[in-house]
Amino acid sequence: MNCIIVDDEATARLIVNQLCATIPDLDVIDEFSSAIEAIKFLNQHTVDVIFLDIHMPGFTGFDFVQTLKNPPKIVLTTSDTNFAIAAYEYESIVDYLVKPITQERFEKSIHKVKNSLSQQPKTNSNKTNSLVGDELYINIDRRLIKIKFDEILLIEAKGDYIDVKTEKELHRVHNTLKKIKEKLPEELFLQIHRSYIINFTKIIDIEDNSVLIDKNVVPISRSNRPELMRRLNLL
Amino acid sequence: MEERPNLLYIKKLAGEDKAFEEKFIAIIKAEFPLEQKEYLSYIASKRYKETSEIVHKLKHKLNILGLEKSYRLAVQYEEELHDSNTALEEEFKTILENIEDFIKTI
Repeated sequence: MNCIIVDDEATARLIVNQLCATIPDLDVIDEFSSAIEAIKFLNQHTVDVIFLDIHMPGFTGFDFVQTLKNPPKIVLTTSDTNFAIAAYEYESIVDYLVKPITQERFEKSIHKVKNSLSQQPKTNSNKTNSLVGDELYINIDRRLIKIKFDEILLIEAKGDYIDVKTEKELHRVHNTLKKIKEKLPEELFLQIHRSYIINFTKIIDIEDNSVLIDKNVVPISRSNRPELMRRLNLL
Repeated sequence: MEERPNLLYIKKLAGEDKAFEEKFIAIIKAEFPLEQKEYLSYIASKRYKETSEIVHKLKHKLNILGLEKSYRLAVQYEEELHDSNTALEEEFKTILENIEDFIKTI
């Protein structure tokens, strides 16, 4: 079993490292003082467990968990007890350790992680292959108009309608953002706001709370920001 | 009576591993003075959000050093700083000085 440690405090990382060293089949493969660095690492490596501090500057442990598409098992480490209830809302969080962590409590946590790992399905290799093309047909005035996915810039909710903006034109369709989202390939599209889905490959730049796509400035909601950050190939 | 910082928790975790204990002491000797300085600078400039952040960071060290009462005070102080309440400023300063003195002895 391997793990990483994410905590902005060097003393805290050292202590978790020491606790891990007492577990024979647990390897610490890396440790990070910043959540962003850890996310970059996780985009390229697979781990079984993350020991994660909840309280880090600019990025809570919960933000971190939300950025991970297939999160490994997570053990939260914290000085506060008042986040415990929130932790139970995340399936990937298997335990909640309050600092200073004792040896006995740590061993119990490892036991929980092992139990949880043994219960999860091994792989998801029998995923259904569907013959989805690279286009979408939208119904406008009883005509079915073909739009290629890679031509779509963004989709905006407008009351009972949605605006599908392509590089050349804008189509207003009587439909919902939720319905069209189901038809779009996840690797190209991302909902970044309650009213906006964007083609991820068309982003020109990102500022604090908005992205620029062609000439459109699109707001990013706080809850969708972690997923956007996760999808970025950050340098 | 004033609590005295100690290394009981660290020694228990270390067991026979002297290298761990030494590494911990080296880190706390390097980090604590910087965090104390940072704290004093923030509180002096009334930057309460930043002050509460650094109190949060420091309170973990109080915990490790066996300062249970001081830890509870730090929890309350951190909370009160969110409302710009600095009533516990002097007491917290004394706790930091207490640790500063202890660190000189290890």
